[in-house]
Amino acid sequence: MSDTAVRVQEIRALIAAHKRWDIVFGIVGLLALMVGVLTFAVLFIQMVIDGAPRLSWDFFTSFPSRRPGQAGILSAWVGSTLVMLVTAMVAVPLGVGAGVYLEEYAPKNWMTDLIEINVSNLAGVPSIVYGLLALSLFVYQFGFGQSILTAGLTLALLILPVVIVATREAIRSIPGAIREGAYALGATKWQTTSDHILPYARGGILTGVIIGMSRAIGETAPVITIGALTFIAFLPPAPVSSEFPYLSFEWIMSPFTVMPIQMFNWTSRPEAAFQHNAAAAGLVLVVMTLSMNALAIYLRYRLRKNLKW
Amino acid sequence: MVSTAAPEISAAAAAEPAPVKKAESKSLSFYYGDFQALKNISMPIYDKKVTALIGPSGCGKSTYLRCFNRMHDLYPGNRYDGQIMLYPDNTNLLNPAVDPIEVRMRISMVFQKPNPFPKSIYENVAYGLRVRGERKRAILDEKVEEALRGAALWDEVKDRLHELAFNLSGGQQQRLCIARALATDPEILLFDEPTSALDPIATASIEQLLADLKEKLTILIVTHNMQQAARVSDYTAYMYLGELIEFGVTDTIFIKPRNKQTEDYITGRFG
Repeated sequence: MSDTAVRVQEIRALIAAHKRWDIVFGIVGLLALMVGVLTFAVLFIQMVIDGAPRLSWDFFTSFPSRRPGQAGILSAWVGSTLVMLVTAMVAVPLGVGAGVYLEEYAPKNWMTDLIEINVSNLAGVPSIVYGLLALSLFVYQFGFGQSILTAGLTLALLILPVVIVATREAIRSIPGAIREGAYALGATKWQTTSDHILPYARGGILTGVIIGMSRAIGETAPVITIGALTFIAFLPPAPVSSEFPYLSFEWIMSPFTVMPIQMFNWTSRPEAAFQHNAAAAGLVLVVMTLSMNALAIYLRYRLRKNLKW
Repeated sequence: MVSTAAPEISAAAAAEPAPVKKAESKSLSFYYGDFQALKNISMPIYDKKVTALIGPSGCGKSTYLRCFNRMHDLYPGNRYDGQIMLYPDNTNLLNPAVDPIEVRMRISMVFQKPNPFPKSIYENVAYGLRVRGERKRAILDEKVEEALRGAALWDEVKDRLHELAFNLSGGQQQRLCIARALATDPEILLFDEPTSALDPIATASIEQLLADLKEKLTILIVTHNMQQAARVSDYTAYMYLGELIEFGVTDTIFIKPRNKQTEDYITGRFG
């Protein structure tokens, strides 16, 4: 054999040896992936089998009951919706304001660095700790009681770091050239922020807010800590009425329950029929979360379409 | 005018009138933190002329340009030393008491890469006016048209003013950015390598535009393309490592540079 042929042989042997590791990692990676995906799939399918027969119009329009066949999630989904409303109304302005300040206004010094590190750490604080904080601060100190307001504020605190980080990421993805273009025309910081930074960061910010909310809607521990009730057979006062002044904020101080607590309550009952209720409620909750995430993906696509960078 | 003055005027018109200074940097030094990027630069910027800044990468020509609208103020750790006087009102642009926003309202800038806002063509041009509080539709319409005509873009976009600026070609986007800068009637227009991201045809149209624009305003342009400097400018400054090596009438600089280093750079032996 010629020298070249020997050399080609050697190279091929080498490549074959190297490629074996490609195959090995491919298999290991696939297994690792399957552990997560299959576990979720099994859980979800089990939940569908258990819960799907219970899903009916009555299930959504009935209060909880001692009789599993008549029990529904009306107070739970209304409670969850109202709590999320408060959470969004508090977390969005606070989180976006803090994010914009940190990115555009804050001087770059050790204080800002310290605050930045703390904000990212806050995202890792166990949610029950927020519950304890809220119990002493909102429930007792401020006297908000075990109300929708307290729950909304607590969950707002919980997702605040998510909203801040998302806002900052969205702002950072705007090219410096756009910012310089605005400043070069004589814009002030606020003009640049309100006319350019916020509109262009809108998609990223909204995505972050929704991801945060979809986390908050499933939170159980902090809501139990502040004393949400597990059995509520009435709705909070309606926020709109046909009489003057039409808008009412009484609901904000009302006792409440939320979806995960309703589920938790049902799973702790001995009767098997209640387990089916819990599975059905879980199914509703998962669908709520997934559709929020889907909305986030859609909005990100929609609002980024005109931004070409 | 009295008739006796007439011969004097025609005599002056026959000869090239003496250039008037629009601005002047005096012992200008600039620091990025500890790094000194500009060293003691003194040179005039003549009124209604094109002054080109040339030199190899990293020589400080863009840094120098960006001093004129205080762009460096946007980033921490930057420091100016010396003065940039703006005439005829004798304002030192670098005086800390002078608001950088005031400076940017008088001196506009066009950047290296076209950077239109993700808004409509109309809103891009109108933005500088909106920043100044202009709300009247009629005035905005008029100024936008005037600026787009000034940037030789009006005929191409007049039927789609409310389309997104990103749909324009690169050369059109850059002319849009020029229109945006023109809309606010600046006294000086700064160009930072405005054609480096454009093809030769778009480049030619921008160069033609520069010749038209200097009828009305003063232009300072950074370019890495020496032929471009020779084509478009009246005065040329050659910079190297943060220093001004030579400044003079463009023809002189390109035909008979006084400095050996300038000659080497211009003839392509170095750079």
